[in-house]
Amino acid sequence: MQRGWVVLTQAGLDWHRSHLFERGSAVNRRAAAARSWGGSRGARRAVVKETTVRRPRNSSHVAARDGGVTRRTLLANTLGAAAVTLTSRRASGQGRPESAARFGRLPNELGARSPAEQSKRLPSAISSRTPLQDLHGTITPADLHFERHHAGVPAIDPRAYRLVVHGMVDRPTTFSLDELRRFPSSSRTCFLECSGNFGRQSGERTTAQELCGLTSQSEWTGVRLSTLFREVGVMAQATWFLAEGQDAALMTRSIPIRDILDEAMIAYAQNGEGLRPEQGYPARLLLPGMEGNASVKWLHRLELADQPFMTREETSKYTDPLADGSTRQFSFVIDARSVITSPSYPHTVQPGWFEIRGIAWSGRGRIQKVEVSTNGGRTWAAAELQAPVLPKAHTRFRLLWRWDGTATEIVSRAIDETGYVQPEWKALQTVRGRRTRYHLNPVTGWRIGADGRVLFGIERVTT
Amino acid sequence: MTRLLTVVAGTFTAIAVAVAQSPPQRFGFGEPAPRELIAQLDTDVRPDGTGLPPGKGTALEGEKVYARQCAACHGTKGEGGQAEALVGAEPTGTAPFGPQYEQWRSGRPDVPFTVGNYWPYATTLFDYVRRAMPPAAPGTLSSDDVYSVVAWVLAQNRIIPEGAVMNAETLPRVVMPARDRFVPDSRKGGREVK
Repeated sequence: MQRGWVVLTQAGLDWHRSHLFERGSAVNRRAAAARSWGGSRGARRAVVKETTVRRPRNSSHVAARDGGVTRRTLLANTLGAAAVTLTSRRASGQGRPESAARFGRLPNELGARSPAEQSKRLPSAISSRTPLQDLHGTITPADLHFERHHAGVPAIDPRAYRLVVHGMVDRPTTFSLDELRRFPSSSRTCFLECSGNFGRQSGERTTAQELCGLTSQSEWTGVRLSTLFREVGVMAQATWFLAEGQDAALMTRSIPIRDILDEAMIAYAQNGEGLRPEQGYPARLLLPGMEGNASVKWLHRLELADQPFMTREETSKYTDPLADGSTRQFSFVIDARSVITSPSYPHTVQPGWFEIRGIAWSGRGRIQKVEVSTNGGRTWAAAELQAPVLPKAHTRFRLLWRWDGTATEIVSRAIDETGYVQPEWKALQTVRGRRTRYHLNPVTGWRIGADGRVLFGIERVTT
Repeated sequence: MTRLLTVVAGTFTAIAVAVAQSPPQRFGFGEPAPRELIAQLDTDVRPDGTGLPPGKGTALEGEKVYARQCAACHGTKGEGGQAEALVGAEPTGTAPFGPQYEQWRSGRPDVPFTVGNYWPYATTLFDYVRRAMPPAAPGTLSSDDVYSVVAWVLAQNRIIPEGAVMNAETLPRVVMPARDRFVPDSRKGGREVK
């Protein structure tokens, strides 16, 4: 840990020197000050400053590759602040940081991110992707949770909201939001992932966000579905139920009761607060470990039955054409997958020590192991897994690596508690065929050039 | 002293027991769902035809509905555009994937996944059109309009004759080319890649 700290600091200073302090005289003075601090105090400062000016896509030890408009703007702001800092420190003559010169902001009702934290989702017409490369740990801030919807985000009045449960039940019942909240509650931290979470249209310029930003993780709270089913008296012959949303697509999926009843819930809270509208406010189905669209959002109707309903989203969509000409249906469970989120395109790395970071997850249970290769898959090392490793949850992995400056590829693969090993693209293709479209979880990697530039390893996932 | 402790401990035990009541089978939360409300919301259609409303339509009638409501996004002949293709079943009777298809394709451009070559149930088409189409005004088509436009899409795909009347009796009997290609998920974790 100590070693990592110093290295990060050095990398941070180097980054400042090469990218920030080359501009303007005030800045050069600032750089001189930074160099003269020395010792542990100086080291700590450098890290803090690094954090302050950090661009969204950078982690503390890897720099963005190309300086776009956004970065220039941010730099200009940062440099302005640095100049002010320097001036006032001189004026006060006490060596205090500007932030310590006067009483700060008083407590308020609603917090906000530091203006320097500019991480954003990447929206398209039908979805928006989580900026995985910017996140730490395993919880996705609710406003960065990925979105996927079929007819936009509906506006639902929570006071008018009712969930209707009918079909093969003894007592067809409606539940208001308050009534759902009155039941015994349960919380669960798990990932959600869209069935179509594999983007590589940008080739070697694919970011982690484009590659697999349709997965996110939250702590969800709600009422267990089993509690609700007991309440309405689900009949013994009921084996499936239809879940329907109240969006403009009245999105529906059929769910097999036996496979989900132990863990399913009707969630009304996400990371401690009510669901976000785009996550199904005021209530959604939550099926841990299963493809995202089965966790129907804006849930307003459950119909119990003795067979599946064969809706569009489980026949023409979200099914898997296979190499043998058959089509796999109801492929609910998400197979194990991992992705290195840092470094990733468009980062640049420098020779020396740094930490390879990423997330791994499996819809079948816990991640048992994540292996990382720093030589394009010739040899593998076990990455460190951040405890606690939760079932059906994003698991943070890390591997400390000293890069010698030669071109290579860094690759990760996940192994879950069933012994499933995240497959190579070619193995998936062999089974699924050329036109496979959903549920893709191949091993992926990032090429590192001798110049330190990081690019997506597109060859690895190209036929 | 010992007796005092026993009394204190006993008191705590009593409190603990009082607090930890066993939960009931039912809580009695929620209201009985009125029949009318269920009837209003329960619009899903199953493969056996359950849920299909009265009404009817043919491809001929459907052509007008399609031109007015669907063609702008799905193309004048259902070939696709801003929205996905609905028509296309080349090569006849084969999936747009798999060994037979790959053999047929040899150099030809890929065929899209359509109602004609991928959808297993005609009832799903009715359910989905009534549920979600057209995107700007879902739920505005009459039952006759939906039967008609479904008939048009099926006829374009050469699954039913142009003059065939689609209604609650006939639609569930339409056998889709992809009907028997669907298999249940057999993945179970472990070493095998599936």
